[in-house]
Amino acid sequence: MDILVCVKRVPDTAENEIEVNSSGSDIERDDLVYSVNEWDNYAVEEAIQIRDNSGGAVTVVTVGDEESEEVLRREMAMGADNGILCSDEAFEGSDGKGIATILKSVVEKGNYDLILTGAQADDGAGEVGGMLAAMLDMPYASLVNSIEIVNDKMIKVGREIEGGNQEMNEIDLPCVLSIQTGINEPRYVGIRGIRKVASVEIPVLGVSDLGLSAEAVGKSGAKVTRQDYFVPDLGEGAEILEGSTEEIIEKLIEMLKSKGGIK
Amino acid sequence: MDSVLISPAKASFIGIPTVIFSVVIPIVGIAVFTYIIAKRLAPLVRAAPDNRFDRINERIVNVIKLWLGQYKQPRYMMAGTLHILIFAGFIILSVRSLSLVFLGISEDFMLPGLGGIAGQIYGVFKDFAGTFVLVACVIAAVRRGIFKPERYAVPKKYGHDHTGEAVFVLGLISTLMVCDMLFEGTQAAAQIQEGMHTELIIPGTGVWFTVNMFLAKATPLEKLQNIHILAYFMHELTFFFFLCFLPLGKHFHVITSIFNVFFMKLDKGTVKPVKWGVEDDKLDELESFGVKKFEDFTWKHMLDFYTCADCGRCSDNCPANACGRPLSPRFISIKARDYLFKHYPLQGPMTNGSPLIGDIFTEDEIWSCTTCGACEEECPVMNEYIDKIVDLRRGMVDEGTVPQSLQKPLSALEKRGNPYGKMEKKRADWAKDKEFSEICNVKIIGGKETADTLYFVDSITSFDDRIQEIGKATARVLTSAGIDFGILGPAEKDSGHEIRRFGEEMLFQDIKEQNTEAILSSGVKNIVTADPHTFNALTKDYKDLPPVEHMCQTMAKLIGSGKIKLRAVEDKNKIYTYHDPCYLGRHNGIYDIPRNVIDSISGIRRVEMGLRCRDRSFCCGGGGLMLFYEPIEEKRMGQIRVEMAKKAGANVVVTACPFCLVNIEDAIKTSGLEGKMEVIDLVELIDRHMI
Repeated sequence: MDILVCVKRVPDTAENEIEVNSSGSDIERDDLVYSVNEWDNYAVEEAIQIRDNSGGAVTVVTVGDEESEEVLRREMAMGADNGILCSDEAFEGSDGKGIATILKSVVEKGNYDLILTGAQADDGAGEVGGMLAAMLDMPYASLVNSIEIVNDKMIKVGREIEGGNQEMNEIDLPCVLSIQTGINEPRYVGIRGIRKVASVEIPVLGVSDLGLSAEAVGKSGAKVTRQDYFVPDLGEGAEILEGSTEEIIEKLIEMLKSKGGIK
Repeated sequence: MDSVLISPAKASFIGIPTVIFSVVIPIVGIAVFTYIIAKRLAPLVRAAPDNRFDRINERIVNVIKLWLGQYKQPRYMMAGTLHILIFAGFIILSVRSLSLVFLGISEDFMLPGLGGIAGQIYGVFKDFAGTFVLVACVIAAVRRGIFKPERYAVPKKYGHDHTGEAVFVLGLISTLMVCDMLFEGTQAAAQIQEGMHTELIIPGTGVWFTVNMFLAKATPLEKLQNIHILAYFMHELTFFFFLCFLPLGKHFHVITSIFNVFFMKLDKGTVKPVKWGVEDDKLDELESFGVKKFEDFTWKHMLDFYTCADCGRCSDNCPANACGRPLSPRFISIKARDYLFKHYPLQGPMTNGSPLIGDIFTEDEIWSCTTCGACEEECPVMNEYIDKIVDLRRGMVDEGTVPQSLQKPLSALEKRGNPYGKMEKKRADWAKDKEFSEICNVKIIGGKETADTLYFVDSITSFDDRIQEIGKATARVLTSAGIDFGILGPAEKDSGHEIRRFGEEMLFQDIKEQNTEAILSSGVKNIVTADPHTFNALTKDYKDLPPVEHMCQTMAKLIGSGKIKLRAVEDKNKIYTYHDPCYLGRHNGIYDIPRNVIDSISGIRRVEMGLRCRDRSFCCGGGGLMLFYEPIEEKRMGQIRVEMAKKAGANVVVTACPFCLVNIEDAIKTSGLEGKMEVIDLVELIDRHMI
C-alpha cells in the first residue's frame, strides 16, 4: 500500500513561550524551536506500521520554506521511505484552501492508496484534510483513532466521537484520513537516526513542477486573511481555593455537591 | 608406612582390579568437563569486545581481596560466614582431592612438598576443613530447605523455585566430605585395631568421629576394607560428577568467580563506551547501537551471567525491586543465563540473533533502573548491571522504542539543552531574582566576565523553583568564602548525565561537546557543583576539564580553613540524618566528608538510618530523566526512604543532591508527614548556619 502523509513544521508548544509580537500580526518568532506537528507524527507512525505489515511505501510531504526539510528528515529517520518538499515563494501566505490545492497536485502526481493528515496542527484550523479529500473527490474520515486493513480496496477505521464513544466505519480506498493522537505510540527519533538520512535527496517542488498557477495559491489565492492576533483578556469564573489541603478538599467537595457535580 | 587395608590402587572387585576405575573415572570426568567448558565458552567468542586486560596489578589485588578474601561475604553475616567456611574448605581440600585421584592409581602417591612435616600439618588442616565444611553444609541446607530466607524466593513470573538445586549441591559437597572421612576413618580404625601406627587424629574432627564409631562397634577388618574402597570410589564419582555439574547451573561460579573478579569493572560511576575500541568521533560509523540481541553483550557481561550465584543480594538491595517495579537484577542475570543455556546447548545447534526485548526482558523492566548501583555494591562476585542496562537502553533508543514520557524531555534536551523545554536565555534567571541579586551578584562568564571557579548549575537547579534555592545557597556560600566564581548562564547545557545513562549516546556526545567548549573557553581554573549527577558526569564522562569538586568537598575545606564560620545549631530538638546520594556515595565513595560537614555545626544531633546508609543507601527514586519516567510501581522509592528516616528517629533528612531533595520532599507530602519531617540540602544547611 502506498501511503502519503502530509506533515507540517510548527513551533513546539512544549518548548516555547508563545508571545504575540508588538504589532499583533504574528507570534514572536525569535528564539522559537520547531518540531513536527504532534498529530502528524502519529499519522507517520501509523503509516509506517501499515507499511511494515502490508508492504508498500510511505512518502511524507510538507508545504513550507526550506527549513521545513528538517521535519521531513525527522519523519524519514522514523522510517518513511520518501520525502517531498513543496516550496516556492508563490506558496507564501496560502490559506487552508491554498495548502490543500498544493497537496492535491502532489497526490495527483503520485499513485497513493491512502492519504493521511494530522487531525489538526498546533497552529492550524484543522481544515486541510477535509478540503483535500473534497478536492480529490475521495472518501474522508476525520479524527481516526484506529485503522484496520481489510484488503486493497477497503479498510476499516475507528473514529472517536463525542462523549468518548467509538464508531467503526468501512471506507473505500483510495481515501483521506485525518489522524487523532493516541492511535499508536510514535517511535523515538534520535540524533543518530536523523544523521543516517542526512544525505538522502529530497525533491523540492514549486508551482511549475506541480502544474499550478501562481494565482491559485499563496496570498493571491487566499480567500481567508488573518486580521488580528492577540491574547484574550482573562475572564471571570476562576476561583482559587485557599487554606490547608484538608480545608481545600472540604470546600471543593462542598462546591461540587452544591452544583450537582457529585451526589 | 605399612597399611592394614588394601588401597584402591591394589584392591579388586569381583576379580577386576579397582585401579581400572581409578584411571577411567578421572579420564571420563575430565573429558566431559572439558567438553562442557568448551561449549560454555562458545558464546563468549561471538560476543562484543571488552577491554579487561589493563591494570593487571589492581586486578590481582582485587582477586586477593574480593575472591580469596571473600570481602563482600560478611555483609550478610549468616550466609557470608557459611560461605567463607565452605570456600576456605574448598581451597584447602582442593589439594586433598587432587592427591586422592592419584592415590587410587598409586598407593604411595604424595604431592610434591607434602611429604614429612608439611604433609602432617596439611593433614590436620584438611581434617578440620572437611569437618567445618560438613557442618556448614548441614546448617546451610537446613537454612535453605527449612527456614527458606525470603531473598531466595522465586516470584512466579520468573519460573520455578531454585531450592532443589541448592540443597542438591550441598548434598554433593557433604557426600564428598563424608566419603573422605570414611576413607580415612576406616584406615585409621584398622591400624588401631591391629595396634599399628596411625596418622595424627584430632579430636572433634569428622575423621575422629568415624574412627571412634568403628572402634566402638568393633567393626571387623573385612567390613572396614569394603567401606574403605567403597568410600573412595563414591568420593571419586561424586567429585567428577560435581565438577561436570558445576557449569550446568548457578554453581558455575565456583569455577568462574575468580576470572569474574579479575576482569571486574575498575572505575565506578563510569559507563562503558558504545563499543570498546571505537572512539567517540567514530560512533556514526557503527551499524547498530547497544544490546539488541544476545551476542551484542560483551564477553565479560556473558561471564557475569555464568557467574551469578543466585544469592539474591542484588535484588534484596534494589530499590526498584523494593517498590514493586518490574525489575529484579538477580533475574536479569538468571534469565540471561538460562537464555545462554537454551540457545547455546551442550548438544545440538546454537541458535542466536533473536531480539532480547520482548523475549526475556521487557521495556519497562529495563527503564525501571535508576542506576543507583546498590546491586553492584552488594554482589559478592562483582557482577555488573548498570552497563548492561545502559547498553539495552541504547539498543531500544536505536530502535525508537522509548516511552512517550521520556520522548518529550529528550526532545527538549535536544532543542533547548534542558529537559523542561525552557528557553536558553532564561537559564540564569534564578540568579537575577531582585532580593537575591542585591546581596549576591552571580557573574555570567564566558563573555566579558571571567572567574577562577565555575559553578556548574545544571538544569534542575536552573529551572526548578524549589531547587533554585540550592543554587542561591551555593552562590551565597561561595561568595561569603570570598571565592571568585561565575556561571555559564545560557551557554550551559544539561550535563547529560542521565541522557547517557538512558541510552541516548549521540545526544549526550553533542551536549558534552557544547559544554566542554563553553567551559574550556571560559578559562576557569576549577569547577564546583552541588549536584552529584553533574559531578559524576564532569569527572567520569567528560575529558580534559579543570578539576571538579562537589560542594560538600568545597565546604569541608572552607570550614576546615576557617573561611566559613558556623554558629551553633538553630533548633536543638531536631534530629538530623544524612541520606547518601547514589552518585556521591556509591559511585564516588564520598561518605565521610558530608557527614563531617554536618557535624561541624556544633550541637547538631545526627543519627544513621540503620544499615541503609553509606554504601547501602537506598535510592530516593532517581534523578534527571528518571523524574519524567512513569514507572509501574506499588510505592514510591522516596516513600520507603522517608519511612527509613522516620524509623531512625530523624525528623530532618539532609541530602546533597537536588534530585534527592525533590524526591524526598515529594515523598514526605505523599506519606502525609508534612510538618513532621523535612528535607534540606547540605548547602542550604550550611548557608543557614553561616555567621
